[in-house]
Amino acid sequence: MNFLIGAFKPACNFSITFSDGKSRKQVPMKKENGQTVMVPLFQSQENIAGKISIEPLQGKKIEHNGVKVELLGQIEMYFDRGNFYDFTSLVRELDVPGDIYERKTYPFEFSTVEMPYETYNGVNVRLRYILKVTVSRNYGGSIVEYQDFVVRNYSPPPSINNSIKMEVGIEDCLHIEFEYNKSKYHLKDVIIGKIYFLLVRIKIKNMDLEIRRRESTGSGANTHVETETLAKFELMDGAPVRGESIPIRLFLSPYELTPTHRNINNKFSVKYYLNLVLVDEEDRRYFKQQEITIYRLQDS
Amino acid sequence: MLNGAEDEEKWLAEGIAGIQHNAFYMHRALDSSNLKEVLKYSAQMLSELRTSKLSPHKYYELYMRAFDELRKLEMFFKDESKHGVSVVDLYELVQHAGNILPRLYLLCTVGSVYIKSKEAPAKEVLKDLVEMCRGVQHPIHGLFLRSYLAQISRDKLPDIGSEYEGDADTLKDAVEFVLQNFTEMNKLWVRMQHQGPGRVREKQEKERSELRDLVGKNLHVLSQIEGVDLEIYKETVLPRVLEQIVNCKDDLAQYYLMDCIIQVFPDEYHLQTLETLLGACPQLQPTVDIKTVLSQLMDRLSNYAQSSADVLPEILQVEAFAKLSNAIGKVIEAQVDMPAVGAITLYVSLLTFTLRVHPDRLDYVDQVLGACVKKLSNIPKLEDSRAIKQVVALLSAPLEKYNDIVTALTLSNYPLVMDHLDNGTKKVMAMVIIQSIMKNNTRISTSDKVEVLFELIKGLIKDMDGADVDELDEEDFKDEQNSVAGLIHMLYNDEPEEMLKIICTVKKHTMAGGPKRLPFTVPSLVFSALRLVRQLQGQEGDIVGEEVPATPKKIYQLLTQVIEALSTVPSPELALRLYLQCAEAANDCDVEHVAYEFFTQAFVLYEEEIADSKAQVTAIHLIIGTLQRMNVFGVENRDTLTHKATGYSARLLKKADQCRAVYACSHLFWVDGQDGIKDGERVFLCLKRALRIANAAQQMANVARGSSGPVTLFVEILNKYVYFFEKGSQQVTGAAIQGLIELINTEMQSDSATPDTASDAFLASTLRYIEFQKQKGGLMGEKFESINL
Repeated sequence: MNFLIGAFKPACNFSITFSDGKSRKQVPMKKENGQTVMVPLFQSQENIAGKISIEPLQGKKIEHNGVKVELLGQIEMYFDRGNFYDFTSLVRELDVPGDIYERKTYPFEFSTVEMPYETYNGVNVRLRYILKVTVSRNYGGSIVEYQDFVVRNYSPPPSINNSIKMEVGIEDCLHIEFEYNKSKYHLKDVIIGKIYFLLVRIKIKNMDLEIRRRESTGSGANTHVETETLAKFELMDGAPVRGESIPIRLFLSPYELTPTHRNINNKFSVKYYLNLVLVDEEDRRYFKQQEITIYRLQDS
Repeated sequence: MLNGAEDEEKWLAEGIAGIQHNAFYMHRALDSSNLKEVLKYSAQMLSELRTSKLSPHKYYELYMRAFDELRKLEMFFKDESKHGVSVVDLYELVQHAGNILPRLYLLCTVGSVYIKSKEAPAKEVLKDLVEMCRGVQHPIHGLFLRSYLAQISRDKLPDIGSEYEGDADTLKDAVEFVLQNFTEMNKLWVRMQHQGPGRVREKQEKERSELRDLVGKNLHVLSQIEGVDLEIYKETVLPRVLEQIVNCKDDLAQYYLMDCIIQVFPDEYHLQTLETLLGACPQLQPTVDIKTVLSQLMDRLSNYAQSSADVLPEILQVEAFAKLSNAIGKVIEAQVDMPAVGAITLYVSLLTFTLRVHPDRLDYVDQVLGACVKKLSNIPKLEDSRAIKQVVALLSAPLEKYNDIVTALTLSNYPLVMDHLDNGTKKVMAMVIIQSIMKNNTRISTSDKVEVLFELIKGLIKDMDGADVDELDEEDFKDEQNSVAGLIHMLYNDEPEEMLKIICTVKKHTMAGGPKRLPFTVPSLVFSALRLVRQLQGQEGDIVGEEVPATPKKIYQLLTQVIEALSTVPSPELALRLYLQCAEAANDCDVEHVAYEFFTQAFVLYEEEIADSKAQVTAIHLIIGTLQRMNVFGVENRDTLTHKATGYSARLLKKADQCRAVYACSHLFWVDGQDGIKDGERVFLCLKRALRIANAAQQMANVARGSSGPVTLFVEILNKYVYFFEKGSQQVTGAAIQGLIELINTEMQSDSATPDTASDAFLASTLRYIEFQKQKGGLMGEKFESINL
């Protein structure tokens, strides 16, 4: 696409500005080419309004069959040859067919837009929101301009947030009891907990707590699951004996986490797990994985 | 392939290099105040401490390198203007580190700054730190990490009077913090022996000992906390520490930590918590060297007791002795496998304690000995040489303390303890006792005590059952018996009656000594008895009638019996000497018939028992010498005895001996003093007879060897002549002397004379004496004038 845009000079310059652009928070977003750009941040139910200016190149005119702006929410599966599924699509007609001779500015507004899903950039899937401006033409193809923006939705603290407590073990070999203070953590939260050793008959070398992200895409036979370890946090060094209690304190803020996404538009899910791993002196790993829910808490 | 030590050197070098490398970048980041980089490189640097390959000793080297760098880091953290992050945030930030060991080192370092900033109560931060450190379960890593924690927190404890002191309970928190760190460190330390790849146990023990001070330092910190007063120590500190010590079930740790407690906390505390402290002892592992621990404690307490007079009542009040004694009993009971030496050493310590603290309580001493007897009686036979040594120490301690065996003799258990010793050691102990008596010049003044004493030293007094006589070293035996002989002189009472009892007791025991001992002991006994005789003589005025038990008569009977006992040895020469001594004593007491009797005995011995010619010579000279001094005899008795003596003299084997004995006999007839007999006639007879014998001797020599002997005998007789001449004997005249001198000269000039420088010199000086007397003038000079040389 870029190649084409580069080859044939666009017939006009676009400028898309948001009405509260100066005050609105900007967040970094990684583009396909790897560059990071700053884009405005919205949340669901916000008004998305602004102005779009179209300026033909010097001394040219644009003949068009109409100008429109679309607000699109798309899910893109990488393994599906770049197919987009638009789960949200709103259109505003900006202009009736005609010619543009000089810079022309159109205000637009999508009010209280329902944007239930957060922007997500995963391994196999991406969920993005864009404003798409189309100048339709009969020949030479339509002129299209995109503007990305990011959506983040905040959740209130969950009313029920039980701790995770569990006793696991291998008979006559290792028995531990672990406890995480909550089952739902916000992105800047701290995981507090402890591991209590009830029986230790193996020579443990160390113990880590891993945060794993499980991204599953597609459905049925086409399900693709991708698991990444986002954090590997050493909890214990050396071999404990029976009766030892090892504290856990893991700050989530250094890691690039997203909220848990469950069955987004029947297309994908992103889940998080805490994986407690014990490694013995022969480098055998003993682990227990527990799902935790991650949510985004409104910054106070 | 490298061997272990070289490997370790290599690993250490790698570790140091790693630290230096990362420290370099850390310094750069510090200089440019780049917090992110600082955290990154400091964490990497600290990762070098994650090694498990180094021995504690080498690990310590590595740790010290990191420690130095951490000081710089702390300075940086402290200066918020440099990094612009509040200490609270910093405290979170360092916890993002993925590896636990670097994370916790950094946390402790920031924690230190956090406390100083006072943005949070010290107790909260400390509590968090000590809790988080639980994540390190690797013994060496953990020990050093917690030691670091102890180090940085030392000056920040919320102690009383400290700037970090918070509300009322913070002192408790300070104590709690140190106690917890101590407990965890000890656990790690103890665990070292169970972990690590199959290492040699010995090496492990060594490595562990190297680390013990890290653990002990916590106790030291506790003792330094101002607010730890007796009450807190009693209620919290001690019970908690002891609980940990007992529960860790590790002998090395238990021993070291018990010792630590005793050393670091004040004596006063020990005294007031004696029960608790001692209560832990029986619960320790059987292999713990409890005796040393308790000995240390008792040492400290006894030193404390002596430190000031105010302390003593305190010690009495807490009944330290009873508690210690009780505890020792329990320890011995609990540790069934404790070797005898251990138990006895404990008693020795207790004894030392009581001797120092309660010198007036002999009952305590006896109690200790009694307990020891009880323990010993459960042991079939004491064979361990160290145990025996300890028993000797146990028995010696009271002697040394009181410098007085008499005190020890009142201890009823003392002999019972001795009974458990083997024969050899009994002797050693007996020697110790005797030496103590001798050294301190202790007088044993009642027969009861003498009885006990002899019971104690019976190993020396008589042959013991089962003792192998061949084993005896002759030298040792002599030493021992000489000591016993010396001891007899220490048994003394001014009261004749008691003294006689003592003598009888001594006699009873020494008579059982057998032929080998009698020659050593009898003389002492005899002289001891003779002293009594002379003493009685001195107070004769008071003694009337037979009802007085201590009469010389009885003693003489006793003496006779004692000396007769020597016939079993047999040792006639010694018996003869003793008879003569007795005779002399009888002479001094003016009892003629007794003196006569003793002389008779001596003569009988001479005639019947002394066959050796040399012995005869000695004996006859003794007889003559003694007889000469006797003044108790009437004419008749004296005649009989002198006649006998002269007769014996003339019948000696060698002519020279005859000659000398005969001229010695001349003195029997000439006694200086007013009442002395002065029978010049018989003196001269003796001398002439001697001269005859000398002549005969000379002739015999001529015949036998073709040359006459030296003129020594003649010169000797000449001397006698001169002596009696001077004394004024009528019969010995100047002419006679002159004649003798001529005779000597003739002898010397004869062809067959053997030149002899000694006799020449003898003669020359004799002649010079005569010349001297002549020139002196006066009465004597005139007298000598008649001699022409």
